[in-house]
Amino acid sequence: MSASDDLKDLYQEVVLEHSKRPRNYRVVEGATAEAAGHNPLCGDQLVVTLKVEGGVIKDVAFQGQGCAISKASASLMTGAVKDRTRAEAEVIFERVHKLVTEGPESVDVDALGKLAVLSGVSEFPARVKCASLAWHTLRAALEGRGEAVSTE
Amino acid sequence: MSGFDVKKVREDFPILHQEVRGRPLVYLDSAATAQKPQAVIDALVRFYQHDNANVHRGVHVLSERATEAYEGARETVRRFINARDAKEIVFVRGTTEAINLVAQTYGRKHIGAGDEVLITQMEHHANIVPWRMLCEQTGAVLKVIPVDDRGELVLDAVDALLTERTRILAVTQVSNALGTVVPVKELTRRAHAKGIPVLVDGAQAVTHFPVDVQDLGCDFYAFSGHKMFGPTGIGVLYGRKELLEAMPPYQGGGDMILSVTMEKVTYNRVPYRFEAGTPNLEGAVGLAAAIRYLEALGMENVAAHDRELLAYATQALEAVPGLRMVGTAREKSAVLSFMLAEVHPHDVGTILDREGICIRTGHHCAQPVMQHFKVPATSRASLALYNTREDVDALVRGLHKVLEVFQ
Repeated sequence: MSASDDLKDLYQEVVLEHSKRPRNYRVVEGATAEAAGHNPLCGDQLVVTLKVEGGVIKDVAFQGQGCAISKASASLMTGAVKDRTRAEAEVIFERVHKLVTEGPESVDVDALGKLAVLSGVSEFPARVKCASLAWHTLRAALEGRGEAVSTE
Repeated sequence: MSGFDVKKVREDFPILHQEVRGRPLVYLDSAATAQKPQAVIDALVRFYQHDNANVHRGVHVLSERATEAYEGARETVRRFINARDAKEIVFVRGTTEAINLVAQTYGRKHIGAGDEVLITQMEHHANIVPWRMLCEQTGAVLKVIPVDDRGELVLDAVDALLTERTRILAVTQVSNALGTVVPVKELTRRAHAKGIPVLVDGAQAVTHFPVDVQDLGCDFYAFSGHKMFGPTGIGVLYGRKELLEAMPPYQGGGDMILSVTMEKVTYNRVPYRFEAGTPNLEGAVGLAAAIRYLEALGMENVAAHDRELLAYATQALEAVPGLRMVGTAREKSAVLSFMLAEVHPHDVGTILDREGICIRTGHHCAQPVMQHFKVPATSRASLALYNTREDVDALVRGLHKVLEVFQ
């Protein structure tokens, strides 16, 4: 694959669009959980807020600053885990983690839905942390760990 | 420029002659670490193939040769920065260790509760954290000379910050994040007028222009081998002999002692008192080779090349739409830190990387600088003696490509 094909995979239209106009870029009103995530190497920072009722993520949002990959991943995440149970969100986390670290061959891409646009990340090892930050932060919030998550 | 031909210089650096990502490598990250000329690589190999042994202790021929090479390197460093005496040259791991050494020996002895350590807003973390740690240990207070929007020190603020409680001024000569050249000679003059010693972080300076520690007048000067085309893991602390001799040891171990009983230890003379354990012999040998390489080129010639290329690069980058330079000091060294439109520096870095162009993105271990300019990170291209106008042109093309992707 040529260098510029790799780039097109990483910066797909959907990724760029989500990074420019992130969904659910706000604070959840009446949030029941939240966590802060920090990537000390790049200075990326975000806060994920959640409302969980009866084990279901009723609302989820994020705010913060970061590169296109980290913002797009956070934005896509909020869409993917809304109205899912904790257990379902955990399964999605595992799939995304595998996707960005091991590549599309290692996961059921169809099951990922829109999240499949993150498949290009695996070709860029230095950017895996960008794509994972929001997800680690979500997990911390779900587990009630409010303290800052660090990718280091 | 007599005797300086960048095309010939490039031939001395084997690593530059490769393709990455299917394109010719363009290395613009020398402020992070510089590439090594064949002369340095050969010196390392030669040392291991012919001269390796431990120093200062063996009676055999190899130990004699290794000792000569190691002490010869000390003399080479002395000459390079024009120190008075080779005893004023302490080999350390790098700039970071040099500053920690001063903070934990000179600092622990002379700086106490309520005393002040003066640094600047543009320091690398290596010249912040060791002092912060000292302040936590002793109750001293860290004071900071501010930076203006060009990235220059606010010199008008300096005299008021040099108080009767100031025990040391620690300042960089060139900002790694902004490229600003700091008038350290003038700062030293002002500090000395009040009896305050000065440490200069020269990590980004020694590689770009001639440095004369006697002319600067500073008390300590720290730099790293790897940024000046030498090996990693070797660096230098220059200290005026009177100060070094009055300082307690740093780490304990072999080579830094004269005699040891279970009751009493007598410490060795300077500089050995500060070099516990077997030193980085091949590192010192490699550093000396790097210095000889620079001396053969002539530091004045290197400085002229870097200056000319910086001017070209500044003009070329400023013509890129949406590019904003971070750090526009009137006197700059070969660093170009910038923001490109709304694109995050990491995305800039990734796209350039796919074009075979290596730059640094991030906070450059200078988070207070980022805080001052209210940016989370910058993209930084840094130039060295082997860079050409073609490298700059490739960078500009790469930045246009970034804009294309993010249009």
